[in-house]
Amino acid sequence: MDLRDGPDEAAFRASLRTWLDENVPAGLRGFRGWTGPALGLGREWSGRLAQAGYAGLTWPKEYGGAGRPWRYQAVYLEELARAEAPQHLGVIGLGMAGPTIIAHGRPDQKARYLAKILSADEIWCQGFSEPSSGSDLASVRTRVDVVGDGFVVNGQKVWSSYAHIADQCILLGRSAAAGEPHEGLTYLIVDMKSPGVEVRPLRQMTGEAEFNEIFFSDVAVPKENLLGEVGGGWRVAMTTLSHERGTFGFALAGALDVAVRKLVALARERAGSDPLVRDRVAREWIDLQALRYTNYRSLARLERTGAPGPEGSVAKLRWSEANQRLTKLAIEIIGQEAQVAEGDGAPGYWRYQQLRSRGNTIEAGTSEILRNIIAERVLGLPRSR
Amino acid sequence: MDFSFSPEQDQLRAQARSFLEKRFPAARVAELATSDEGWDRASWPEIARLGWTGASISEAQGGAGLTFVEEAIVFEELGRALYPGPYFSTVALALPALGCAADLVARVAAGALTATLASHDAGRPSGSASENGATVQARRAGERYVLRGEKDLVPDAGCVDAFVVQARGPDGVGLYFAERRDGRPRISVLDTVDATRRLGRVTFEDDEARLLAAPPAAAEILARTRRRALAALALEAVGIASRAIALGVEHAKTRQQFGRPIGAYQAVSHKLADTYVETELARSLAYWAAWCIAEDEGEAELAASAAKAYAAEAAVAACERAIQVHGGMGFTWEHPLHRFYKRALWIESFDRSAAAHRAEVARMLFGD
Repeated sequence: MDLRDGPDEAAFRASLRTWLDENVPAGLRGFRGWTGPALGLGREWSGRLAQAGYAGLTWPKEYGGAGRPWRYQAVYLEELARAEAPQHLGVIGLGMAGPTIIAHGRPDQKARYLAKILSADEIWCQGFSEPSSGSDLASVRTRVDVVGDGFVVNGQKVWSSYAHIADQCILLGRSAAAGEPHEGLTYLIVDMKSPGVEVRPLRQMTGEAEFNEIFFSDVAVPKENLLGEVGGGWRVAMTTLSHERGTFGFALAGALDVAVRKLVALARERAGSDPLVRDRVAREWIDLQALRYTNYRSLARLERTGAPGPEGSVAKLRWSEANQRLTKLAIEIIGQEAQVAEGDGAPGYWRYQQLRSRGNTIEAGTSEILRNIIAERVLGLPRSR
Repeated sequence: MDFSFSPEQDQLRAQARSFLEKRFPAARVAELATSDEGWDRASWPEIARLGWTGASISEAQGGAGLTFVEEAIVFEELGRALYPGPYFSTVALALPALGCAADLVARVAAGALTATLASHDAGRPSGSASENGATVQARRAGERYVLRGEKDLVPDAGCVDAFVVQARGPDGVGLYFAERRDGRPRISVLDTVDATRRLGRVTFEDDEARLLAAPPAAAEILARTRRRALAALALEAVGIASRAIALGVEHAKTRQQFGRPIGAYQAVSHKLADTYVETELARSLAYWAAWCIAEDEGEAELAASAAKAYAAEAAVAACERAIQVHGGMGFTWEHPLHRFYKRALWIESFDRSAAAHRAEVARMLFGD
């Protein structure tokens, strides 16, 4: 047990910190999300990260990654959070599509897609959720028909982040109606510029549009875009979702660390002598430490076993609820000023963050589904359905 | 960066768990909880032979030369088993002060001395902010000292061989060592809610003692003792919470109502899932605190405070939820859960409330 950086990690951390000081563009400092003018800087920033060797830190070297142990990805995420700098724009490609292609793709697919994920020449989105298939993913209805030498896709996907700027989409659709729901699924890579693909941004309660609906009307997809087998899409999709949880917790704890620091500053300025506020702020700080050290325990297990455990669900569950609590506390401290939506100061920041946080317990696995996962897969309780 | 236990440490845990499951199953703990002595004196030499009493004592003094991380494993497992005996008192509360005297340290390592810390002044309200050290006077008598006065709420007072006493001497508040001999000092064991770790009142009537530490060393030792005690109790709390979850899950899997095991209902399973999550977070904080103490890190005090505040509340909540999952059975004297619950409440009450610990964290955060 040693909670300090080893010599190599310390050197990596130090050089990354210097690099971030020198390279984060002014327009991305104090990053809040890929909206507005920040979005225009996303590809260039991500390309710069890739050139400096910070994209695909844990990917194997043969696919253009750095082949580093997971702990480097953890250090990377901590330092990005410390600098309040954004991650690589292509998080779906780096964290989901890429690892899935590495696990299930053919050599020609790896050659075609992986390098462009790292360089941010191609941005990816995820076509999993549908209007009537949210938590119950195996019930997707988007049709993937085998026609001639390829596939034709018809249907609708929803809650798809980055679709409005994406070049490629990982899509889970239904190729057979019979049998168990998860048996008739097929996993495709769909070029977002194909005729018949239409993206409609969805406006969130914050007023911004970070996610989208995607409509597929007779979209022709060549046979070489199949990942895995026809009817074998479920297994491929599980790979995608398990990678969502690798070092995800470090990104979440990093974001929370930034939020707690800002909360402390706000509370000190506006409510420093209120014992109730002080107690609630201290709670959030303690929860953050608990999350951080839980991440370190998960990391040690990930490095030993190579596979992310169900602990990732713990981090997501607690982070989302903590972020909701603390952003709410912040707007309580601010009072009525937080009702004013304009301006760049603290009120505008916290107003946005508080509304945005309501999505946290819904996106990437609802809290209810995460509790089911913990109850069933960790505690071994009987299935609830 | 490696936040995991070594294979040797895992082995220590496995050894501890198997020993405690064999020697202290719930039925045996229940028996001891209602006995006059309150513990099994014969277990102490066994624990010493396993190397637990001397875990962090140097090899030169007869210990194993290990660290607080190894002790942490023992604290957690003892909590999980609800071991009734003065391990917490001896190793967490007394050992830092006993460290001033090589002969006493060697006796602890050999399993020939149990002790506790008598610090709470009789008559002072518990949970108050005032300092201890006013009610017991230490007077010089030749080479030795004699103590006079009364200490209250002393953990394991009835079962230890000796006391580390916070008393006012000629130079201020120091730490003194008083061994029980011929019924002195006088001890009255209180009827405590947690019968597996009873509190007692200790009355000194010119009883002999030796000086362990004078000011200012005494204050430094007390601060170190407090960090160890808070972390040890956080670890114990994690052990208790884990056991409560295990009991709750077992019941939820087997108890059938409306034709299904009750654990299939999300009203039950989600409560258990939350309990698991809180216990894992408490575990992370407790291990962090343990490592900080072992490495003498600057943030050890903060980590111990945070871990104690969080883990005590988590253990109480875990027991309360497990009791609820058990229905009427969980509310009975016969079921073991209430003993875990009472120990969790004991831990929560020790030193200061979770809110008071958070106030300390806030002082650090707000820089005032």
